Amino acid sequence: MSRIEGVLQTLKGQGRKALIPFITAGDPHPDETVGLMHTMVDAGVDIIELGVPFSDPMADGPVIQLACERALKHGTSIRRVLAIVSEFRKTNNATPVVLMGYLNPIEAMGYEAFADAAVEAGVDGILTVDLPPEEADQIAPLFAQRGLDPIFLLAPTTTDDRIRAIADHSSGYVYYVSFNGVTGAAKINVDEVAAKVDHIHKLTALPVGVGFGIRDAETAAAVGRVSDGVIVGSVLVDTIARNQTDIDALKRALTDLLNPMREALDSLAS
Amino acid sequence: MSVKLTEEMLTALPDARGHFGAFGGRFVSETLMDSLMTLEREYLRLKKDPEFQATFDKDLADYVGRPSPLYFAERLTRETGGAQIWLKREDLNHTGAHKVNNTIGQALLASFLGKKRIIAETGAGQHGVATATVCARLGLECHVFMGAEDVQRQSLNVYRMKLLGAKVHAVESGSRTLKDAMNDAMRDWVTNVDDTFYIIGTVAGPHPYPLLVRDFQSVIGRETRSQSLEKTGKLPDALVACVGGGSNAIGMFYPFLTDESVQLYGVEAGGLGIETGQHAAPLCAGRPGVLHGNRTYLMEDEDGQIAGTHSVSAGLDYPGVGPEHSWLKDIGRANYVSVTDDEALQAFRMLTLVEGIMPALETAHAVAYAVKLAATMDKDQMVVINISGRGDKDIHTIAQLDGIEL
Repeated sequence: MSRIEGVLQTLKGQGRKALIPFITAGDPHPDETVGLMHTMVDAGVDIIELGVPFSDPMADGPVIQLACERALKHGTSIRRVLAIVSEFRKTNNATPVVLMGYLNPIEAMGYEAFADAAVEAGVDGILTVDLPPEEADQIAPLFAQRGLDPIFLLAPTTTDDRIRAIADHSSGYVYYVSFNGVTGAAKINVDEVAAKVDHIHKLTALPVGVGFGIRDAETAAAVGRVSDGVIVGSVLVDTIARNQTDIDALKRALTDLLNPMREALDSLAS
Repeated sequence: MSVKLTEEMLTALPDARGHFGAFGGRFVSETLMDSLMTLEREYLRLKKDPEFQATFDKDLADYVGRPSPLYFAERLTRETGGAQIWLKREDLNHTGAHKVNNTIGQALLASFLGKKRIIAETGAGQHGVATATVCARLGLECHVFMGAEDVQRQSLNVYRMKLLGAKVHAVESGSRTLKDAMNDAMRDWVTNVDDTFYIIGTVAGPHPYPLLVRDFQSVIGRETRSQSLEKTGKLPDALVACVGGGSNAIGMFYPFLTDESVQLYGVEAGGLGIETGQHAAPLCAGRPGVLHGNRTYLMEDEDGQIAGTHSVSAGLDYPGVGPEHSWLKDIGRANYVSVTDDEALQAFRMLTLVEGIMPALETAHAVAYAVKLAATMDKDQMVVINISGRGDKDIHTIAQLDGIEL
């Protein structure tokens, strides 16, 4: 069983929902990312999605675009991101780490070299935004052989046939994008999300994490009620942007954002 | 090494997943997949629909003014002292460039699909103008994304688009040029996918765009082929076209791919010189990667981050290229070369003074290479340059380089 499956199964047994933060690796500086990861673990998160910076993040809104620019300015290459995960693993062997990004940095490194290095670093899952399962036929077996969970997106526009097919290619969890749009937009409709996630649960046994548009304890609880986990990104990245010069203040601010979300999710526990 | 292409090989490409050999494909976020699959299905149906094709042909004739002439550039030929140089006059199309062939086709597709809101990216502004034009004609809402730097250097086209009723969005992210305009167009599309049709201006992007843009632009090569046979009794020995994304080049090349005797030359933007790194020539100096929905040659750094590009011509200032060109390069069917900013500017002046035809700066790259090529060929041979656009939009840039305030 993968580390991701283990964590999600334990949570399910406890009737709890996963809190999954996303931050861009290397933002505000690659030397700070490991510390921010530990801070988030201390605030009670279950899985960390770590963004691999890319020069042209087409699926992201301005908040994460700027985070990519800050990270790239400090030379946060994909190899550096892997080194960050290795460093994190020195003191944390429990919290799953999912790398989330775009395909080109992986292409540039080479599929096999990347898959080897990811396992070596202690990465658990890979979510590549611009890689639908149709184009993953070469890389997917490399992940499978090494026990890396491929995590794919589902969207409001995804048809039932595709939901089944995508779930077949996924392990760990599937990531439901709560609305048509880029990250950081505020247009989540909780009723629509509830209906769709309910429907996805009928088509796959995999846990469903929901991301895009979750900004606070209230939206986290509303979405947590209908899903297996919530993914929180832009609001954290925005907090990093506003506190980039004072890392202690930044860690406090992240904790202050995540603590109420954790409490709100746990108050749902049956 | 060159491969002999047959009709059978060509009709098999792109394959069902939109691949041209190792290139092309559909690398987009999940939200767009359903739309792209619907577009593919509908396009493949309409491609065989006589009513759709008849409407398209009629619009090309009566609205665009096709066929565009194939003109013998007698004086340029004399000055060059080599092969006969002929010009395929896409600059005489309505809106002044080849771009309108494609926007007519895609707007027609949008109408058949019932989409009322159109978005487009543009570099030099020619595709933006061509999109705004067809939207005005069909009463469609039009949003054009344009890099803020290009908004400045192509202000005339920006104003033309506004006069045509389009909203122009200046894109401030990244390098503020064509690639960033395409990023923002994709972001708009993913947000408004239900009611919006994205008219991509070049043969890049996710499948089926490289296929349908090539099909719509192939009228250039089909006409050139029959005009050449009619006027000279033979096929040209060489075709020369500039390549940014590569839509005018693929439109010119495609109907000649199985004609082994016809040499194909795609001319990329060499900028300040390939050796300086300040250029926009992914086929000459890049390597394969994935950007904007397809696998193709890209300009990138060793970590897979997309590199900055430079060209005096906004329309060529793009780090990628259509996937079919990448395939044609790898199988050796087409040659990809580059010329510098300075060579292109010289060619602009030369064609203007010698033939009274002012080419777009993009097109001037093709002219510059063709003149060099023709000089090495025999007098009974024939080179056709695709004059993809006219140069009015660039007069400010030229004047500025001359130190003149207009």
